[in-house]
Amino acid sequence: MRALATLFRRELALAWSGGGGPLLACGFVLCLTVLVPLAAGGDPAGLRPVAGSIAWLALALASTLSLERLFERDFEDGALDLVTLGPVSLEGVVLAKATAQWLAVGVPLAVTTPLAALTLGLSPALVPLVLLSTGIGALGFALTGALGAALALGSRRGGLLIAVVVLPLFIPPVVFGGGALERAASGLSPAPALAFLAAYVLFAAVVTPFAGAAAIRNAQG
Amino acid sequence: MIAVSGLTLSRGERVLFRDLSLSLAPGEAVALTGANGAGKTSLLRALAGFIRADAGSIRFGDLDPAEARARRLHWLGHLDGLKGGRRARDELTFQARWSGADADGLAAAIEVLALEPLLDLEVRQLSAGQRRRLAFARLIAAPRPIWLLDEPFAPLDARWRAALGLLLQAHLDKGGAILAAVHDPLPLPARALDLGAGR
Repeated sequence: MRALATLFRRELALAWSGGGGPLLACGFVLCLTVLVPLAAGGDPAGLRPVAGSIAWLALALASTLSLERLFERDFEDGALDLVTLGPVSLEGVVLAKATAQWLAVGVPLAVTTPLAALTLGLSPALVPLVLLSTGIGALGFALTGALGAALALGSRRGGLLIAVVVLPLFIPPVVFGGGALERAASGLSPAPALAFLAAYVLFAAVVTPFAGAAAIRNAQG
Repeated sequence: MIAVSGLTLSRGERVLFRDLSLSLAPGEAVALTGANGAGKTSLLRALAGFIRADAGSIRFGDLDPAEARARRLHWLGHLDGLKGGRRARDELTFQARWSGADADGLAAAIEVLALEPLLDLEVRQLSAGQRRRLAFARLIAAPRPIWLLDEPFAPLDARWRAALGLLLQAHLDKGGAILAAVHDPLPLPARALDLGAGR
């Protein structure tokens, strides 16, 4: 457990150092928030119904930005060999790295997303729901993103490959998260959509460690 | 400590070696030699579990191989796993703790390898030899009996080659075992295993 905490702290430090991963991702969301109204012709009323959905889309895209560094850096400098021979199984390492990615990048993004949605005209009453749903969704993005990062390990143009692999896997949380906002805006309970979102995250939490570890072992060989 | 029997290893279509057998006893050092591409690093990586052999077996006494690798084996490849942008102290602490070191072991490694003046520098500011000493420190800080070393002395000057030679000898004297891929002779008595000219 102590070793896992050591790894977790290091992952957080690495995510925040060298290029400011979370700040870059949050800046990306805000830039997208500025660009969309300009591209839509500057009519704020027209964007209001889809403000939450656009914010979810921005969250999904921004979540892919720092995924390439998740395993590739450790793979290239030999640190992945070292952690493979540690006291924690490679499956545990994958889960720890994905969780740290969520805490370092996903949570700041989940906090930024409601701001972006508000700017696009989202009702302030929906902000707590956006915060809750994007917080859960960002964990799902971090987990499936980690799987994509592991699958792309050692390949050339890994960043592009990760995006191609993980964006289709991001469809369910975007649908469920956007659906929760749509139901709430219509006066319905968002609970069913949130339950599906949570189920997606649980599924990813079970699959990613094993599939990710297998992909890493394959890349190491 | 390690018994390799009938090992065949290939990389892609290229067979590196066939039917290799090797044993490593407590207190013994084996120097793996051979031309570039002969399979020295691949053999070490197979022993560490990073590469799956085509045939043959690798045993660590009666221990489960995964357990033996996680608890009893140190790997020091030519890539040291250190992050250039992080302070040497942070990287050393992580690597040593991850390998199972306690505070006393860490302090001993820092003293033996004279690392104290380097610890507040970023890793990217260190010379290749200083990085090597930093990477080597976890082997001292967290005692594990089997050391797999890939060109351990390559970037070191004569003084530190001699000093690390003494540390390797001390490890053997305590019942440890060393398998090292080298181009130059190890600075301690070692059995040689030549993998040949490569294919």
